[in-house]
Amino acid sequence: MVENRPVLNILTHVVLIVGVAIVAFPVYLAFIASTHDANAFARGLAPMLPGPHMIDNYAQMLTSGLSSAGAPPVWLMLINSTIMALTIAIGKIAISIISAYAIVYFRFPFRLLAFWMIFITLMLPVEVRIMPTFKVVADLGMLNSYAGLTIPLIASATATFLFRQFFLTIPDELMEAARVDGAGPLKFFRDILLPLSRTNIAALFVILFIYGWVQYLWPLLVTTDSRYYTIVMGIKRLAASADADPYWNLVMAAVMLAMLPPVLVIILMQRLFVKGLVETEK
Amino acid sequence: MATINLVDLQKSYGGNVLAVKGVNLSVADGELIVLVGPSGCGKSTLLRMVAGLESVTSGRIEINGRDVAKAEPAERDIAMVFQNYALYPHMTVRGNLEYGLKNRGTPRAEIDRRVKEAAEILEIGPMLDRKPRELSGGQRQRVAMGRAIVREPSAFLFDEPLSNLDAKLRVQMRVEIRKLQRRLKTTSLYVTHDQLEAMTLADRLVVMNGGLVEQIGTPTEVYDRPATLFVASFIGSPPMNLIPVDVMAQAEGFSALPLPPDTDIIGMRADQLVIEPPQGESIVLHGQVELLEPIGSESHLHVSLAGQTLVLRVPGRPDLADGATIKLYAPPSAMHPFNRATGRRTDSPPQA
Amino acid sequence: MQTKRTIFPNKLLPYALLAPQLIITIIFFLWPAAQAVKSSFEREDPFGFRTTFIWFQNYTRLFNDPGYLNAAGRTAVFAVGVTLLSMGVSLLLAICVNRLLRSGRLYTTLLVWPYAVAPVVAGILWWFMFNPTIGIVPYLLDAFGYRWNHRVNGNDAMILVIIAASWKQISYNFLFFVAGLQSVPKSLVEAAAMDGAGPFKRFWTIVFPLLSPTTFFLLIVNINYAMFDTFGIIDGTTGGGPAGATNTLVYKVYADGFLGLNIGSSSAQSVLLMLIVIVLTVVQFRWVERRVQY
Repeated sequence: MVENRPVLNILTHVVLIVGVAIVAFPVYLAFIASTHDANAFARGLAPMLPGPHMIDNYAQMLTSGLSSAGAPPVWLMLINSTIMALTIAIGKIAISIISAYAIVYFRFPFRLLAFWMIFITLMLPVEVRIMPTFKVVADLGMLNSYAGLTIPLIASATATFLFRQFFLTIPDELMEAARVDGAGPLKFFRDILLPLSRTNIAALFVILFIYGWVQYLWPLLVTTDSRYYTIVMGIKRLAASADADPYWNLVMAAVMLAMLPPVLVIILMQRLFVKGLVETEK
Repeated sequence: MATINLVDLQKSYGGNVLAVKGVNLSVADGELIVLVGPSGCGKSTLLRMVAGLESVTSGRIEINGRDVAKAEPAERDIAMVFQNYALYPHMTVRGNLEYGLKNRGTPRAEIDRRVKEAAEILEIGPMLDRKPRELSGGQRQRVAMGRAIVREPSAFLFDEPLSNLDAKLRVQMRVEIRKLQRRLKTTSLYVTHDQLEAMTLADRLVVMNGGLVEQIGTPTEVYDRPATLFVASFIGSPPMNLIPVDVMAQAEGFSALPLPPDTDIIGMRADQLVIEPPQGESIVLHGQVELLEPIGSESHLHVSLAGQTLVLRVPGRPDLADGATIKLYAPPSAMHPFNRATGRRTDSPPQA
Repeated sequence: MQTKRTIFPNKLLPYALLAPQLIITIIFFLWPAAQAVKSSFEREDPFGFRTTFIWFQNYTRLFNDPGYLNAAGRTAVFAVGVTLLSMGVSLLLAICVNRLLRSGRLYTTLLVWPYAVAPVVAGILWWFMFNPTIGIVPYLLDAFGYRWNHRVNGNDAMILVIIAASWKQISYNFLFFVAGLQSVPKSLVEAAAMDGAGPFKRFWTIVFPLLSPTTFFLLIVNINYAMFDTFGIIDGTTGGGPAGATNTLVYKVYADGFLGLNIGSSSAQSVLLMLIVIVLTVVQFRWVERRVQY
């Protein structure tokens, strides 16, 4: 539509620039803080412009961490976070795609029951069943292990529904043709269904990687051994100590490092991210 | 090369509703049989039962004398061409052609030979390394056929393979399928709802309605001697005119004709009623012109007769005013006697 | 429920395919949830030796507990605050981006990344900005004569957590609003323009009503988010304080169960939260069904 309203156009950009600035400002401040030394925070107001200590701060956090806060070096926590996010994302995708396959391409007794059991997990977020879930994991001896960090979070109704929805859009004839061509159920899954699901898997992976990375409450519960700390929960420990000892520069360096991987994933894979986000809500 | 025998084949989807109500059919080696009928008549279900994609409720399916009613589709040595082609979208044309052979453990050299041969027959050689989405509808159709050909199966099953094509391409592909089948001499079952496609392709037609076979015969037999009222109205375009005997009784010369017992409906093809007096014996009807539809070299003439509309196919464009009273002539041989209650012809013994 | 026209005939394979998902669901979802329901009817003696079945006592006690009622009230304020602030800002930004052609994509990229920030990290970022001794915001407010201190002032604390939680949710709302705006038929807007409606009138009379399915959907999602996904934000900023001013229901379950070790009460709270999620999920899915019928 041809519409020429210069004032409105300028206003549009002004609103957006202000919006972007407000959204980015806390991160800007955190970045600035991570480039100074601890003295910069003794004078009252936190600095607004970059300082010269960026490399020192990041190097210290990555290699040795802040021992007074009881958190391990950031590199270890980054590795733990990566393991957790990858295991959760891959695990959720794997078990969801085969569940959806069973539900769509087979008919068997208790199919509906299975569907509802998966559905019900939507209504039971970990936050509302903290105590008993913790107890189960403790009884199974899974505290302080990667298994304990990831397996209880791997069941996924949303991913299962997404794949189910997608499988239902695949023409019936494709499976029929494959059967006439001599493909059994596993072969059909591997040769036809899996390659066709590529984009959906990738989109889902972006969303689930972030889901796994930002987990906080669960690692907080199941890890007491600092070797298994994830970066997100480690930061809380650092921040809590910063109130007493003002190592804001170091805390904010860790904050920046914690944000970087998932933010990069979103920015680099924006198309897949938006697709994954919008489609999992269908 | 194979024969196919269907014996008392039935299909029900739970409950008592039968989609296929006991079909018997023998297909000779190399024959092309077309199953034709309106949607929901059971023709596709029947084909899919032969393919092994639908379970058989009761009855037998014999391919080369072996009962395969419980066998997996892959064990039946058949190949199928689907309406929407069902090409694997992520594989190249070559991948699509090879997939079934690979699954059967065909040696590499043999796969290459067959793919090359099929590509030559169907002229899809230059497209072998493309993906299906890069092909036109007609090309996809060829690839779907190619996928069937490379298998060198006992039988081809076609499930409305041309309905997704536009009219012009459909005629062209129809001719190609016919030539191909003649050349390969592979026993084929072909499902369509298009009676013209059925007539032009078939060695023999199987006309189905409501889960039952109405008539089996060559296209000429079915057209010239429809066994039932349903076949009479389904095959032929425009459809056969069906006139109650009491209306016909007003026609000059009709009462003198010997009618088989129980006849209460007379059917007449649109091209066997004429408006010019023919040579030889004929009966004469009087009707009013309702509408003249010119369609090129001939015209469809709608004539009202005692509250009924008859459709005639007349040559050229006769100069007739709407509402004019005209005479219609028909030879006695053009009349097909039917009984309304049984729906069958009255001049032939009931089918076994 | 829908399946394919033809299915594979295998009898055992589907169970094997479902097994991993179902085993995890039973062990880590259904069993704990059942345990929560069971212990919400029980009282455990202080040494954990004996449990007594006490019917609804844990529940009645909760409804008579000022601390719980306060948490419910605070949760409501928090949820409404987050929903309104985050949706309002997102809608404004989405409308602006929708007006632009090419530069819209750049702005989108600059607005979506907070989705990837962990709630607790988001909390710490804003906590730093609002830090009473070194934060920039208290410094500026001081110039206006307001002494900000969320460690003491409950309202300050509530505003802080609302802002932090809204910030993180802006990306999500923004993306759905943009998608919703793009699905409004251009022809309708053009027809309204030819009828002489200006840009603002067009928005309120044509676009906003057509956006209502998206708005309603986001409303539910945001309430859900504020209630259940903000544990990290609360824990990273105020820890529920001061004096319970930001103690949401989810935070209280954690605090009572893990820090206070009151299993019965914590379980009863869990069960009540489950009921809330169930209601929200049902409402959301009813809406999805309706959307399909459009």
